[in-house]
Amino acid sequence: MLQRALIFSSSNPICSQLPTTAPPDNTVFPKRNGGWIIPFSSYQLPAFRLRNYRPSDSAANRPNMASQDEQDPRISNISSAIRVIPDFPKPGIIFQDITTLLLDTKAFRDTIDLFVERYRGKDISVVAGIEARGFIFGPPIALAIGAKFVPMRKPNKLPGEVLSEEYSLEYGKDTMEMHVDAVKAGERALIIDDLVATGGTLSAAIRLLERVGVHVVECACVIELPELKGREWLGEKPLFVLVSST
Amino acid sequence: MFAAENGLKGDPRLQAISDAIRVVPHFPKPGIMFQDITTLLLDHKAFKDTVDIFVDRYRDMDISVVAGVEARGFMFGPSIALAIGAKFVPLRKPRKLPGEVIAETYDLEYGSDRLEMHVGAVQPGERVIVIDDLVATGGTLSAAIRLLERVGAQVVECACVIGLREVKGQRRLNGKPLYILVEPREIDGCY
Repeated sequence: MLQRALIFSSSNPICSQLPTTAPPDNTVFPKRNGGWIIPFSSYQLPAFRLRNYRPSDSAANRPNMASQDEQDPRISNISSAIRVIPDFPKPGIIFQDITTLLLDTKAFRDTIDLFVERYRGKDISVVAGIEARGFIFGPPIALAIGAKFVPMRKPNKLPGEVLSEEYSLEYGKDTMEMHVDAVKAGERALIIDDLVATGGTLSAAIRLLERVGVHVVECACVIELPELKGREWLGEKPLFVLVSST
Repeated sequence: MFAAENGLKGDPRLQAISDAIRVVPHFPKPGIMFQDITTLLLDHKAFKDTVDIFVDRYRDMDISVVAGVEARGFMFGPSIALAIGAKFVPLRKPRKLPGEVIAETYDLEYGSDRLEMHVGAVQPGERVIVIDDLVATGGTLSAAIRLLERVGAQVVECACVIGLREVKGQRRLNGKPLYILVEPREIDGCY
């Protein structure tokens, strides 16, 4: 808790620039333009070439708003559609709310399209989605690329025989489960979640799939919180995100 | 109403969807024959057909919102929403949604639970369908209908892949039409 408070209070531009006045009456959700919520940098990796990208590369290597023309034009609408909610679930945490993205039919479709364009034709037979927001993005991608969808769930939800993997939370542990007969050795898989923070959840999903001999090709998320260093935690496993939130 | 009684009689897709659902006896407790849709999600053609049947039904009904019940409603709802050009609104367990919510309590066999929706996600007058994988007593779907009606939305229909015996013969839930693809199987010989 203390470590995260340091990250978000001292240098986080979002915290220091949160507006002190109410939004205009016709604003239902805060937008990411102008003085309401600052725009954040976002980037898109070219297909599979930057497999070993490390966030320890200087921030200058990451495209900022000035070089936005290098990124796909759909990205800025996607990032604008994500609502930021301070102090949820507890003080000091800035929550990235994708439910507003799901209300923007074009931005939601563009989100799925960006993943589908990247993974179609890459011989991926499994899309594994992490409960619960991974269940929202994973199935449309799986259907579009001809893959199976495999839910990675909290304990005691899956009815059949499961494999379990424990992973660490900020305080304590949790367990992730997968049906043993959902996947076969040698299959190529993607793992999908809405957001990657520390990478602990994605790492548990990778371990579960690799335990049965599946090759995890890439992890894919809508949002990355790079200051939490999830990319480093994933090590050699590639991570693809649409939007990076600093 | 079941799809087979409503224009899809004899549709081979329905049999394949039914066959793709695994029955797990005595889960979560003795006596319950659990209808496991995760095996349907592994069958790309059957999963796609499931979504297509709902999309074909709702595409021209001027639906602007697909509301999906956590968590298995999330596996079907977004694909339908994307195909018909509607918003997707998750209806969630307590304390998951980060913004301002409205909540509706419903009864369980023992005790009660609560369903929440973000304020502002659905506008008055919007036409909504509610999606879940399975309807048993209808308690969860009824709570979903109440939530949506409280914000002035019009619930056009509730749609589920599987409908249990208790709802057979009932064409409506809370006065809302119910559309179901398949019945549960009692004995599972396939898995």
